[in-house]
Amino acid sequence: MMRIVLTKPDIDRALKRIAHEIVESQRGRFGLVFLGIPTRGVHLARRLARLVADIEPQEVQVGTLDVTMYRDDLAHQSTRATVATDIPAAGIDGTTVILVDDVLFSGRTVRAALDAITALGRPDVVRFAVLVDRGHRELPIRADFVGKNLPTSTSERVNVSIAEVDDRDEVSIA
Amino acid sequence: MTILIRGASLFGGEKSDIYIDGDTIRDVGSISTPADRVIDANGLIALPGLVDLHSHLREPGGEGAETILSGSRAAAAGGFTTVHAMANTSPVADTAELVELVAERGRHAGYVQVRPIGAVTRDLAGEQLADIGGMANSHAAVTVFSDDGRCVGDALLMRRALEYVSTFGGVIAQHAQDPRLTVDAVLNEGRVSSELGLRGWPRVAEESIIARDVLLAEYVGARLHVCHVSTAGSVDVIRWAKKRGIEVTAEVTPHHLLLTDDLALSYDPVFKVNPPLRTAEDVEELRRAVADGTIDIVATDHAPHARSTKDCTWHDASFGMVGLESALSVVQHALVDTGHLSWSDVARVLSVAPATIGRVEGYAAPLAAGSLANITLVDSAHTAQWDSSRLHGRSSNSPFLGIVLPGRIMSTIFNGVETVIDGELVDPETLRNT
Amino acid sequence: MKHLISTRDLTSDKAVAILDTAHDMVDVRSRDVKKLPTLRGKTVANVFFEDSTRTRLSFEAAALALSADVTTFTAQGSSVSKGESLKDTLQTLEAMGADFIVLRHSHSGVAATVVNNGWVDAHIINAGDGTHEHPTQALLDAFTMRSRLRGETARGMDLSGIAVAIVGDILHSRVARSNALLLRTLGASVTLAAPQTLLPREIGGWGATVVSTLDEAIETRPDVVMTLRVQKERMSSGFFPSESEFSALWGMNDSRLSRLPSTSIVMHPGPMNRGLEISGSVADSAQSTVTEQVANGVAIRMAVLYTLMGDSR
Repeated sequence: MMRIVLTKPDIDRALKRIAHEIVESQRGRFGLVFLGIPTRGVHLARRLARLVADIEPQEVQVGTLDVTMYRDDLAHQSTRATVATDIPAAGIDGTTVILVDDVLFSGRTVRAALDAITALGRPDVVRFAVLVDRGHRELPIRADFVGKNLPTSTSERVNVSIAEVDDRDEVSIA
Repeated sequence: MTILIRGASLFGGEKSDIYIDGDTIRDVGSISTPADRVIDANGLIALPGLVDLHSHLREPGGEGAETILSGSRAAAAGGFTTVHAMANTSPVADTAELVELVAERGRHAGYVQVRPIGAVTRDLAGEQLADIGGMANSHAAVTVFSDDGRCVGDALLMRRALEYVSTFGGVIAQHAQDPRLTVDAVLNEGRVSSELGLRGWPRVAEESIIARDVLLAEYVGARLHVCHVSTAGSVDVIRWAKKRGIEVTAEVTPHHLLLTDDLALSYDPVFKVNPPLRTAEDVEELRRAVADGTIDIVATDHAPHARSTKDCTWHDASFGMVGLESALSVVQHALVDTGHLSWSDVARVLSVAPATIGRVEGYAAPLAAGSLANITLVDSAHTAQWDSSRLHGRSSNSPFLGIVLPGRIMSTIFNGVETVIDGELVDPETLRNT
Repeated sequence: MKHLISTRDLTSDKAVAILDTAHDMVDVRSRDVKKLPTLRGKTVANVFFEDSTRTRLSFEAAALALSADVTTFTAQGSSVSKGESLKDTLQTLEAMGADFIVLRHSHSGVAATVVNNGWVDAHIINAGDGTHEHPTQALLDAFTMRSRLRGETARGMDLSGIAVAIVGDILHSRVARSNALLLRTLGASVTLAAPQTLLPREIGGWGATVVSTLDEAIETRPDVVMTLRVQKERMSSGFFPSESEFSALWGMNDSRLSRLPSTSIVMHPGPMNRGLEISGSVADSAQSTVTEQVANGVAIRMAVLYTLMGDSR
């Protein structure tokens, strides 16, 4: 039985609020790099970058961070396709990196992302923004910016639809 | 001892009884005479004891793979009562002493008549003639000479050998393989060898030697026998030669009547053999050739090999397959069940004709009163997956493992002595006591 | 896919996925930190019964780039010639912890035999078996072609519409065999050019066009001319009469290069006999891909190791 927990207006509002929180936490610093984790995180990263630039005009960079080769479960699953990692030409040293993903669950994807970032450079600060935090962490990982906290049971499936990929914006639980 | 075989279908035909007294068939027909032993052969086909013109018993020198005793047992299990043992032992059987040794060991084992084949050339080296006369005149009374394993490739030497052997009424059995065309060859040259990157063994290497040899045999007026014919082209040459009146006989192995080179795609060396497995077209032509008599006999080329020489890469593996136990089943599957041969024809190609070529006495009048009691009883309706429990030699390199084959030998009688009873081999002590 | 024994194991989708992953691996190799942690804790054993420094080093570099541990066994010469030693060697290496075995041997079918006989449980990568196959070479060749001819937008693409001419000793070349198969799977068209003595028989099923000379192949305006190494020993077995005749009819030289479209590339798996199957100036020209084939080899082998690790079935 499926129930919708976030509609398009909910998502827009959440992203706008996160953008404000990011700007506030920056406290005038520059050098923001949004790195989206494929697939949907990439599009959310682009949206957040635009929203932040709207609030306070500044140079904001967006990139893609493929974490596939850093995962800890590769030997037990069938081969996952890799995606190109695309970071700003100037690198990420000395920047504020905002990692962006659609769902935070066990925390393992973020752990892999942190390893991937370490190999790419040394940012001043790394923060993590996620649309939905559904709990059930298996590692000591937390998000800095959360769109919505969604208590779930592990047997439930959280489905995030993003217009750029799925024709609509919606989060549902089944 | 007297044995009464009751209700056997002679050559797959009329049911009849057979009465054996000592080593001879006393009577054939409807018999009520009491006997020491009665074999109920209802539902079984009676054939004359099978005669293999081409087997490798490996003793002396290769006892790890087979001995004369174990090979004789394998033969009896396959319905054979006479087996010709090829000369490529270690040392080579190229003297009277050696062939007498082999014959004596065969006699001692007691399961089949072991007829030693003598080498054509000393040490199979292809240079000097072996002691052909000595072997012919020995107690082993050798009539078949062969360098099998190797080809007598030199034309002049083959001419001399044909001439010399005919002095003693013998025949040369040629392993037709031009050595220069088959250096390091391990598989039929064709689509499969090209795909697998394995050195090919071109069919012309066999056909050109046969063509040369039949002309030589004609020229010097000698008998020639061609071992393990494997290609359609070879059949054509032999057919042409026979039409010309050349005294040539030919044999084909059971595996060349059934298996093709596609099996090598698995790189499993159990399928590595010399001459190699060929194509479906060749298999079809070989079957027709047996049916029309161009190929006179089926001979097993039983080639046992130690496991370690087959549990390796194709390149390193030895050539050869065991075949004594499975021969009749494969012949039934490939020739009888397909309509190419009747059971009478089977008796011809697996008993009467090979005995004729090898000048073996006692097989000319099969299953007839007065003949030596060499008989095998087959349950042709039996059908099962061929597995290693059916193998009785020392080696298990059979390419038929896992294939469903018809037929089961229920009884083999060698000179009036049962070597197989109720489908089981008699053990050596019991045999010695009989 | 647990092993990579033959290019027959690869569907077009699987091959394209490997090419795409290799694309990302090339990217990794250009960064400051050229390593990934993907195979950390795993051991890759390079088992080279046939000498080949460049392939061995390429696999070594690929394994190290994925943070794997590498152990190497070489058996130069024919002291290890019987199948039993091969089995023992591999089982010993597995007992020492090898998760992947990269196997090169001079006998065709060795890798298949190891897998079919179940001698070891490790992933087997065929690094060249006799005159049979060399799958990673075919993959890096396909990757090189795709990168050069399709450029930056190549991701997700196969080689449809690309015409490849392979010239030289096809009969004894595992590179030719693997390439002919993989190119066909990826939708390319293949022309083979060789004297009849150097062509395998009955290759109608390979889907390739066969011509006699390199000039005939060039007339078809191929996008790729792949030259193969000639072994000079072939002359004494009557495969061709002399080096000069071979290079006159099948050698890639400046004159032939000038008759190719300027976008066409010339490839060679290495090591080259400069002046025999390929002239020095062609080898050094802008249209030659010889050096980038080497670099691509590491990326492809990283992609292959990664692709196999997920499947332990």
